Amino acid sequence: MTLIGERPASAPSRTRRRRVVIGFALAFVLLGLSIAASLLVGTREIGLGTVVDALVNPDETVTDTALTDRVVILDLRVPRTVVGLLAGVALGLAGALMQGVTRNPLADPGLLGVNAGASLFVVAGIAWFGVTSSLGYVWFAFAGAAVAATIVYLIGSLGREGATPVKLALAGTALTAAFTSLITIVLLADTEAFDRYRFWAAGSLVARGLDAALPLAPFILVGAILSVVAARMLNTLALGDDLARGLGQNLILARIVCAVAIVLLCGSATAMAGPIVFVGLAVPHVARWITGPDYRLIIVFSALFGPTLLVAADVLGRVIAQPGEIEAGLVVAFLGAPVLIALVRRVKLAGL
Amino acid sequence: MTTLSERTADAAPLTQARARRSRRERGIVLVLVGALVAVAAFSLTVGAYSLSVPDLLRTLTGQGTQSENFIVLSLRLPRLTLAVLVGGAFALSGALFQTVLRNPLASPDIIGVTGGASAAAVFGMLILGFGSVGTSLAAFAGAVIVACVIYLLASRGGVAGYRFVLIGVGVAFMVQGLLGYLLSRADLNDAQGALLWLVGSVSGARWQDISVVAVVLLVLLPVMRVLSGRLRALQLGDELARSLGVGAERTRLVLLVIAVALAATATAAVGPLAFVAFVAAPIARRVVGTGGLALIPTALVGALITTVADFAAQHLLPGQLELPAGIITGAIGAPYLLWLLATSNTTGKGA
Repeated sequence: MTLIGERPASAPSRTRRRRVVIGFALAFVLLGLSIAASLLVGTREIGLGTVVDALVNPDETVTDTALTDRVVILDLRVPRTVVGLLAGVALGLAGALMQGVTRNPLADPGLLGVNAGASLFVVAGIAWFGVTSSLGYVWFAFAGAAVAATIVYLIGSLGREGATPVKLALAGTALTAAFTSLITIVLLADTEAFDRYRFWAAGSLVARGLDAALPLAPFILVGAILSVVAARMLNTLALGDDLARGLGQNLILARIVCAVAIVLLCGSATAMAGPIVFVGLAVPHVARWITGPDYRLIIVFSALFGPTLLVAADVLGRVIAQPGEIEAGLVVAFLGAPVLIALVRRVKLAGL
Repeated sequence: MTTLSERTADAAPLTQARARRSRRERGIVLVLVGALVAVAAFSLTVGAYSLSVPDLLRTLTGQGTQSENFIVLSLRLPRLTLAVLVGGAFALSGALFQTVLRNPLASPDIIGVTGGASAAAVFGMLILGFGSVGTSLAAFAGAVIVACVIYLLASRGGVAGYRFVLIGVGVAFMVQGLLGYLLSRADLNDAQGALLWLVGSVSGARWQDISVVAVVLLVLLPVMRVLSGRLRALQLGDELARSLGVGAERTRLVLLVIAVALAATATAAVGPLAFVAFVAAPIARRVVGTGGLALIPTALVGALITTVADFAAQHLLPGQLELPAGIITGAIGAPYLLWLLATSNTTGKGA
């Protein structure tokens, strides 16, 4: 069932289509630019030629200085770019799915408690089970994300009106506070775990490297496929539960598909780069501004904007604090807040 | 269905209902005070050195032995007093925010006011090397600055509820980022000290902190008492409030300033005690059951939560591990709020 595509091409939808095409081109250009910047920009100045050379013939033997350049590019910049791309796709998609399935413009893995759940379980893993690898983190992150999402949704949807945005946000905030307390109990008792946690929690793309990130890629792939499957269901859900049911949509199935995708995506991103806020909140709004309400397009754009935002934030973090750097997660939080504030000041958020 | 004439002729049921309601509120206040006294007696007598209640009374009237005097008057009493006062202050602050902005999410811990205090305090501790007084001042300044920023950004001819809350959430994100940055850059030991402060604890209470909080409460409580009638009008909505002669915008601003002052003072004294501000008013409203804002029960609920949490943090956990009270308020308050959300299924607005 297509709700948007089969409408006769009226004037507004034609301008909308042009906007989408231009938006697509722009999104790709921006993504390409941020990747290029991530490979080129850093404390060590390396020319474009050397970068291209290193990427094209990584095994060629070269002089000493060129070798150092090569190490910097292949062992430092490429991994953090790849981590940024993977985590960015995951967070962008997760945010779009959450906003769609809860019909809540404020839904975000951070606000709805999913990040806190993943964090709590990862901290427990670090402190009690001695987990150090990101592949070890991920199972804890999945379990925590799943537990938190289930609790928040169950509590938020009790009662007559079902899961209203306010109830979901309240339940998410309350759960985050409870989990934060539990995290702090663990951290106060275990100095070593606190030391590892504070760097993980800042949201760094460098902390764990490629070996740790690549095994998580399949989870993100499955999550992305499920998101595409869910997009059409979300279009129907957007009409409201009653109308969606009337159109033959299985609500339970739609919610389960979305929930599984959200848990996979948030869990992988959190295990990979720490609890990064804001990408999931801001990206779908930008996407919706270009595409209109069709979730099939919102999902695609979110998957493009998410990595662009995260990788660009990482580059910015490298530039503004030279010779040190600021973690991408912190940069996103600092950049994202003004965006949210501007959004709130300008737009009347529907449904809230 | 009663007609108008019947209703004017027979207003007795309404008066009766009102009397019943205020009787109920008085009864609840009595119960809460009783509970608070009981908790206070417990926390003053029980511990590594336990006293009997007669011993306690003797000590409080100034006839205790030297060790009793030291333990009760210098260690336990300041701690208890501070817990009661900051609990009340946080609770009232949360209640004012939530009522004025007409939003259960709008408590100082959610919209970044206590977060601003935390970030400023941690900045003072870790970067500028402040001691405890400097940290308290920094916390107060942080809370006030963040509140002003939110107000300036959110006010567009008035502080409509959701815009204020959302902008507050945005600011809270930013403050959280700053905190993460400070914690990850500091020396591990200093960072752990900051973490402890960030949880919020009433241990090591000094009479000077207590007197600051007490004075602020003494000054602000009468103002709140006077304005609470207008608050009731505000709950009816701006239009109706204006027609009742209540200037909505100015009342709201004054109440918000009071709320910020309360939160800032309490945070400066004990750190951002997690969650007391957020849960006290919904709990009090539910216990009293009259729908409106009940200031005294709210303050009592806040004080009760804080004292119970501090007692639990000191004694109920196994081993010698003494936790800051903020851990307990978060770990117990939050599930209670979740339970409230789960059981209040009529309005859809949550708590």
